[in-house]
Amino acid sequence: MKRILTASLFGLSLATSGLAHAEPVKIGVITTLSGGGAGLGIDMRDAFQLAIKQSGNKDIELVVEDDAQKPELAVQIAEKMIQGDKVDLMTGIIWSNLAMAVVPNAVAQDIIYLSPNAGPSALAGANCNANYFNVAYQNDNFHEAMGEYANKDYKNTFILAPNYPAGKDALTGFKRYYKGTLSGEVYTQVGQTDYAAEIAQIRASGADSVYFFLPGGMGIAFMKQYAQSGVGIPVMGPSFSFDQDVLPAVGDAALGVKNSASWSPDLDNEASKAFVESFKAEYDRLPSIYAAQSWDTANLILSALSKASVKDKDAFRAALKAADFKSVRGDFAFNNNQHPIQNIYVREVVKDGDVLTNKIIATAFEKHKDAYAEQCGL
Amino acid sequence: MNRETAVNLLLALLLIGVPLIAAGMGEPFYVTLATRVVVLALAATGLNLALGLGGLLSFGHAAFFGLGGYVAGILATHAFNAEPLFAGIPGTTFMPLIWLVAVAVAGLVALPIGAISLRTAGVYFIMITLAFAQMIYYFAISWPAYGGEDGLSIYVRNAFPGVNTAKPLPYFLVCLAVLMATLLLFRVVEGSRFGSALQAARQNGTRLAAVGIPPFKIRLAAFMLSAMITGLAGALYADLNRFVGPSMLSWHMSGELIVLIILGGKGRLFGPVAGAMIFVCLEYVLGGITERWQFFLGLILLVIVLFARGGLLGLLSGKARHV
Amino acid sequence: MFTALLIEQLLNGLQLGVMLFLMAAGLTLIFGVMGLINLAHGSLYMVGAFACATIAAATGSFWLGLVASLAAAAGVGALIEVAVIRRLYDRDHLDQVLATFALILILSEGARWLFGSFPLYLDIPRQLQGAVPLPGGGQYQLYRLAIIAVGFLVAIGLYLLISKTRLGMRIRAGESDREMIAALGVDISTLYTVVFALGAALAGLAGALVGALQSVQVGMGEPVLILAFVVIVIGGIGSIKGALVGAVIVGVVDTMGRLLLPSLLALTMPAAQATTIGAALASMLIYVIMALILAFRPSGLFAAET
Repeated sequence: MKRILTASLFGLSLATSGLAHAEPVKIGVITTLSGGGAGLGIDMRDAFQLAIKQSGNKDIELVVEDDAQKPELAVQIAEKMIQGDKVDLMTGIIWSNLAMAVVPNAVAQDIIYLSPNAGPSALAGANCNANYFNVAYQNDNFHEAMGEYANKDYKNTFILAPNYPAGKDALTGFKRYYKGTLSGEVYTQVGQTDYAAEIAQIRASGADSVYFFLPGGMGIAFMKQYAQSGVGIPVMGPSFSFDQDVLPAVGDAALGVKNSASWSPDLDNEASKAFVESFKAEYDRLPSIYAAQSWDTANLILSALSKASVKDKDAFRAALKAADFKSVRGDFAFNNNQHPIQNIYVREVVKDGDVLTNKIIATAFEKHKDAYAEQCGL
Repeated sequence: MNRETAVNLLLALLLIGVPLIAAGMGEPFYVTLATRVVVLALAATGLNLALGLGGLLSFGHAAFFGLGGYVAGILATHAFNAEPLFAGIPGTTFMPLIWLVAVAVAGLVALPIGAISLRTAGVYFIMITLAFAQMIYYFAISWPAYGGEDGLSIYVRNAFPGVNTAKPLPYFLVCLAVLMATLLLFRVVEGSRFGSALQAARQNGTRLAAVGIPPFKIRLAAFMLSAMITGLAGALYADLNRFVGPSMLSWHMSGELIVLIILGGKGRLFGPVAGAMIFVCLEYVLGGITERWQFFLGLILLVIVLFARGGLLGLLSGKARHV
Repeated sequence: MFTALLIEQLLNGLQLGVMLFLMAAGLTLIFGVMGLINLAHGSLYMVGAFACATIAAATGSFWLGLVASLAAAAGVGALIEVAVIRRLYDRDHLDQVLATFALILILSEGARWLFGSFPLYLDIPRQLQGAVPLPGGGQYQLYRLAIIAVGFLVAIGLYLLISKTRLGMRIRAGESDREMIAALGVDISTLYTVVFALGAALAGLAGALVGALQSVQVGMGEPVLILAFVVIVIGGIGSIKGALVGAVIVGVVDTMGRLLLPSLLALTMPAAQATTIGAALASMLIYVIMALILAFRPSGLFAAET
C-alpha cells in the first residue's frame, strides 16, 4: 500500500481565480502490483500517474493500493477507500474476478468506477450500472475479433483458457464468431504453470490451429513449453498473452503469432504517438495495452473534470459518457451500456531491432459493439 | 488480580474503546478494521483450543474457516436469488440460523477429518490436516456453481434481529458479543474436567491413557469444537467482507491463524485477541509505509519465534499460571 | 493416436515426479537427519531459479546459470541454517513451522525487492531444444527427457552418497541417533549445515531446471512445496527411496488423473460439465491418495526405522 499524495490546492483560491474546478478530487486506484500478474498493474499505474502528471492538474490526489490479485484484499481495500479515504472515483482493477467482487458494492454506494481493463460480461448486460464505465473493452471483444479473423485460414481449432470469468468470456467470444469446428475446449487452472498435459492433448487432437487466452505468467509458461514441444501448429490469441509486459520473457518463441487488440504501439494517430513517446521517455520501456487503456482512462477523467464537478454526480456521469477526449485508439465512443465502441485490429509479433513488439496487419472489426449491450437497461 | 487478568482487561478495553471512539469521530473505516480484529481473534480462538490447549498443530484450520464462510455465502445467495438449495430447502439471510448451520457443517466435516488425522502424530498430523484443507480448497476452486476461483459476493449483509447490520458499528458489536461469549466458553472449557484431560493429553498422552481416559476421544472432541468455533468466525468474516472466496481455504490462511496465536501467546485466553490486534495493526500501519511490509512481518515473526516464544501475553504477563 | 497421447502423458508424469523428487529428497533428508520441518524449501527452489536466470542472462550460458543456481541455493541454505535454523533443532514443530513460514515471507519479499515483480526470462539451452520422436508415433520435448535423466542421475548419486561415503554414513547415523554420533565425536553443527545446504542445492537445481520450462517469478516454489510435502509423507519421512517412489506416484497420478478423469466422467455426463468436475476431482486426487495411505500406513510407505 503506497499512498501517492500530489499537492492539492484546497480551493482557497476560489474566491480570487474564479476557477470552478479548484476543488480536490480523490481517485482510488486498486491494482495488482505484486505477484505473477504484477506487470499489468504496474503498467496501469505508471501510465495513469504519468497522464495525471502531464495534465498539470494539481487538484487530483491518487490513492494507490496493491490488491496482490486477491479478491478479498481488493474488497477490503475498496472498503477502506470508500469509507476511510472517502474517494470520489475508483479505478485500476485488472482482473475480472476482482472486479466482480469490488464493483457491484462500490457502485451501489454511488461511487463512480472506471475500468481500465477488466470487462466481465456480467457487468455489461443486465447488471450494468450508471456508475460503471468501462474504458477498455468488454472481455469477449478481442476474442470475437480473433474468431472472425481465424475463419480466413483455419477450420479446426483447439481452444483453451483459465477457469475464471474472463477465461469463460474469452472462449464464449471466440465461439460467437468462429465458424470452424473445435477440436478441443479446455479450461485450465488459474495460475497453472505446467501445460504439458494440455499440449499433449493438442498434439493428439488433430487441430490445425490453437487459440488460447492465458494472461501474464500463465501465457509465458505455455508459449515456452509449446514452442519446445514439436507440435508446431499455428497459435493465435488475444493481445493479453502477447503484449509488451510478457514478450521479453517469452522471447523468440512468440515471433509470428497473430493476436488481436484495440491498440498497438505502432497505431498511426497523434495521441498514440505522443503517448508512446512520453511513456518511453519516462519509464524506458514500451507501453503495453494495459498502459494504453489506463492512459485513456486518465484522460477521460480529465476531460470530464474540465466540464463538470466530480461532486455533481449526474453532470459528471454525463460528461464521462460524452467521452470527449483524444483516445490513443483513435475514434472512441461509449455504447449505451457504457462500454467502448471501437476498432479491433489483428497484430503480429515482430522484432523491431532487438525488441519484440507488435505490428498491425489487419482490421478485424470497425466500430465494434459488445454482445451484451441490448440486455442493459441504460 | 494477577498480571494476566489485568492485561486481558486492558486488551478488552482497547478492543471496545477504539472503535467506539472512531465511530464517534466519523471514521467508520477503523470500526471495520476493529471488526476484522474481532473475527480473526475468534477464528484463532478456535485453533487455540486445539493447538494451545490440545497441542494439535492443525495446518488445515482454514478449511473450517472457509467452510463457515461458504455456508454464509451460499445460504445468502440462494435467498437472494429465491432459489431453493436442494430438496426444496430455501436459503436464508437470518444470521443466527446461518451461524447454526456454519457451526454444524464445520463440526460434521471435522469429524471424519479428525478421526483420520488423529491416528497420526507429530509432523504427519500437520501434513495430513494440510492435505485435507487442500482437498477442500481445490474442490472449492473447481466447483463452478459457487463462483469457483472468483468467489461469491454477498451483496447485502445478512440480517440480525434488531440490528442494522449494514452499518459498521452495529455489526462490530454483534461480532464482539460473539467473541466475548466464545472467550467465556473457552475459559469454561479450559477449567473443566474435559479441559484438564485435554491439556494432560497434550503433555503426555500415554500417562493419560494409563489413568484410564483414552486421549483419542478427547482430542477428537476438542478438534471438532475448535473447528466449530473457527467455522463460526468464517461466517462472520464472509458477512464482514460481503465476499467469500477460496483464499479463505488456502494454506496461507491456515498459516496466518497459527501466526495469530503465536503473536499473542499460545494457549492464553486473550492470546488470539492480542495476536489479531498486532497482526491487523502491522498489516495496516506497515502496509501504509511500504509495499514490502510482508518482509518486515516475516522478520518480526522470526524474532518472536526465536526470542519471545510466549508472544505478547508471554512478554507482558509472564509465564502462564497453571490450572 | 491414443497410445501416443498415453505415452506422452506418462512421460509428463515422470518428469513432474522427478522434479518433485529433487525437492522431496532435500526435504526428507533435512527432516530425517535434523528432525526439522522446513517450509522455506520452496523459497530455496525460487532462489535457484532466480540465480540461474540472472547468471544465464549475464553470461549467455545456461550451464553457467545452472552452476550458479546450485551455488546460490546452497549458499543461501547454509546462511539461513547458521543464522536461523540452528536455533530451531530443539524446538517443537510449531516453532519450526512458524520460523520457516517467516523465512518464506522474508525470502519472497526480498526476491521481489531485488528483482522486481515482473517474471524473469530463462531460456532452454540450444543443445536441448526441440523435440524427439517417440515410439508410438508421437514426439516429446527433448528438454523434458533431459530433466527425467537428470533426476535419475541425482537419485543414483544420492544413493551412492548415502550408502558408500563417509558423509553418507554420518547422515545415516544421524538419522538413527543424533545424540550418539555427537557423543562419538562427529561435528554435528557442520554435518547439519552440509545436509541443509545439500537439500537446498537440490531444490535450487529443481527450480533452475523448471524455470527454463515455465517462468521464473516470486512465489513459484509454493505449489511445489505442498506437493513435495505430500510426496515425503507418502514415501515416508527420512527415506530417499520413499521420496523417489512417492514422487513418481504423485507425478504420474496427478498427470494421468488430469487426463483420464474428465474423459471417464464424460461417459456419464455432458462434456463441459465433465471437464470442470473432472478437473476439480483431479486436483483433489493427490490429497485423497495421501489421506488414504496415511489412514492405513500412518508413517508412509517406506518409513525410516526409529
